[in-house]
Amino acid sequence: MTSLTTPKGAGLSSVSTGRKIKDKLVQGFVYLAFVLALVPLLSVLWTVVSNGVARLDPTFFQFSMNGVSGKDPGGGAYHAIIGTLEQVLICSVIAVPIAVLTAIYLVEYAGNGRLGKVVSFFVDVMTGIPSIVAGLFVLALWLLTFGFEFSGFAGALALTILMIPTVVRATEEMLKLVPNDLREASYALGVPRWRTVCFVILPTAMTGIVTGIMLAVARVMGETAPLLLTIFFTKAINTDPFSGPQGSLPTFIWEQAADPNQNSIDRAWTGALVLIAIIMLLNLAARLVARRSAPVSR
Amino acid sequence: MSSETGVEAAAATRRRTPSLRMSTGRAGDKIFVSAARGSGLTVLAIMAAIAVFLVWKAIPALQDNKANFLTAEEWNPNAVPPRFGIAQLAFGTIVSSLLAMLIATPVAVGIALFISFYSSRKLASVLGYVVDLLAAVPSIVYGLWGLIFLSKHMEGISKFLNSVLGWIPLFGGDSPGKNSIFTAGVVLAIMILPIISSITREVFLQVPRANVEAALALGATRWEMIRLSVLPYGRSGMIGASMLGLGRAMGETIAVAMVLTFVPGINVHILENGGSTFASNIANSFSEASETGRGALIASGLVLFVITLLVNMAARAVVARRKEFV
Repeated sequence: MTSLTTPKGAGLSSVSTGRKIKDKLVQGFVYLAFVLALVPLLSVLWTVVSNGVARLDPTFFQFSMNGVSGKDPGGGAYHAIIGTLEQVLICSVIAVPIAVLTAIYLVEYAGNGRLGKVVSFFVDVMTGIPSIVAGLFVLALWLLTFGFEFSGFAGALALTILMIPTVVRATEEMLKLVPNDLREASYALGVPRWRTVCFVILPTAMTGIVTGIMLAVARVMGETAPLLLTIFFTKAINTDPFSGPQGSLPTFIWEQAADPNQNSIDRAWTGALVLIAIIMLLNLAARLVARRSAPVSR
Repeated sequence: MSSETGVEAAAATRRRTPSLRMSTGRAGDKIFVSAARGSGLTVLAIMAAIAVFLVWKAIPALQDNKANFLTAEEWNPNAVPPRFGIAQLAFGTIVSSLLAMLIATPVAVGIALFISFYSSRKLASVLGYVVDLLAAVPSIVYGLWGLIFLSKHMEGISKFLNSVLGWIPLFGGDSPGKNSIFTAGVVLAIMILPIISSITREVFLQVPRANVEAALALGATRWEMIRLSVLPYGRSGMIGASMLGLGRAMGETIAVAMVLTFVPGINVHILENGGSTFASNIANSFSEASETGRGALIASGLVLFVITLLVNMAARAVVARRKEFV
């Protein structure tokens, strides 16, 4: 689009002043809009980094908040980091197979069939579910109906609901990019359909799918609302995701920010810095994977 | 399987896959197809379960409720007898997310125009990535930033708006504060900016190049080109995008819960402290909720679920309508 510059009238009368001014005004607005978007991004990153470094010490990564009250210095997020990693891992283990298989169904098998359309529609609907509603659902099903206690696993279940639609959409996009020649060549060689999908189509689309999964992991890692209702709060280290309340980085920030003491606020900022760092690293890694080999470039 | 073959065959004429049937009868094929179809059905089952269990767990609390669920402003589900209604929550949710949409849409469209028509191609991909970074920041971080950093600066802006536009009831009131629905709306606007701008950008990419070139060939300035060929083409896409942003803003929890200070009752002065939304109320009152309290929160979550569902479906319908013309 950029090569299209306004042609200067050669031999024609030049653009009138009024039109020029209007053009420049709009250009000014468009540039301003971009600056307006950059301001909050830079401001968020700057405040998080500058406030977060205060408590970015080994203690923060080695200790939990057990026995540390809001006004005390020290204390750390060890329990929260452990919790977040476990919950996101469990969530990925459940969500990724379901999501990838759903995408395979939609692209390779469903065609224009009715079930495919219905599934595709509800994946869209699922994308729009507010995260807190996912938490309420797990609360209603897992905790209130089945009678399980608050646990990291319940949190992972809530995150699963948020992760599935993102991964389905990303995988779908990548599978659609796989050239049909590959499928046909494989069938012509007499390869069964499932082997074609598993050993020809999936490997071709693999980097794209991995990118999508990493972006989805980065997204659910920052979710707080569903965790408040499912993993509850604890200050102690709980390495067992299947029993008892567990910590997590987002809920750790939420808890520390609610305390007006400066020591708590500092811990909240450092928690936010660690969380953002992990998420940005995942994002960056995803971009690198995507760049190293674009899914299909034929 | 046999009943679907007709549909499959009709579908296959338009599809790229050469085989007409799903399975060749081999065991491996059968297992794989069932796994894939089973996963698709799991997605449907989850959606159905969400609706069923939310309704089921909300009903007992709604039956115990001694106030009108739709019109009452109070939220005391833990009291005896429990009294709660969603009027205040609905007001806060709708006003804050509409405000966010109104602030975010022009800026997002501006960004999309900038990336699509004003920057060089190399710069465009970098800028797109920068906007994506805005989306990658988790809501808890926006909440912390809004609570500790932004709200300080919002106080002055609120006072200024109050003194200049105080004659409009919405901006009226005696004590403009920093933890107001207005501040929440600004934070929400920042959070929904990336989704609106990325969808708008996609729509702008689909604008027929011929229209753009024709406008320029006729001597249009860049703005005239945008007004004549881009905006008419992208109108429904932009509306759909801003509605998707609205749906996102309505369901946003943590950032709003951190920014707002709870003051009971509907206050139309959005510059004053107070207000509450469906989602922020759930996050704030869950840890003290009794059994009825949890039921009441689930009931309010159900209302939020239905509202966001309607908004999102309407938005997708608007965006999809544009696709059919392409």
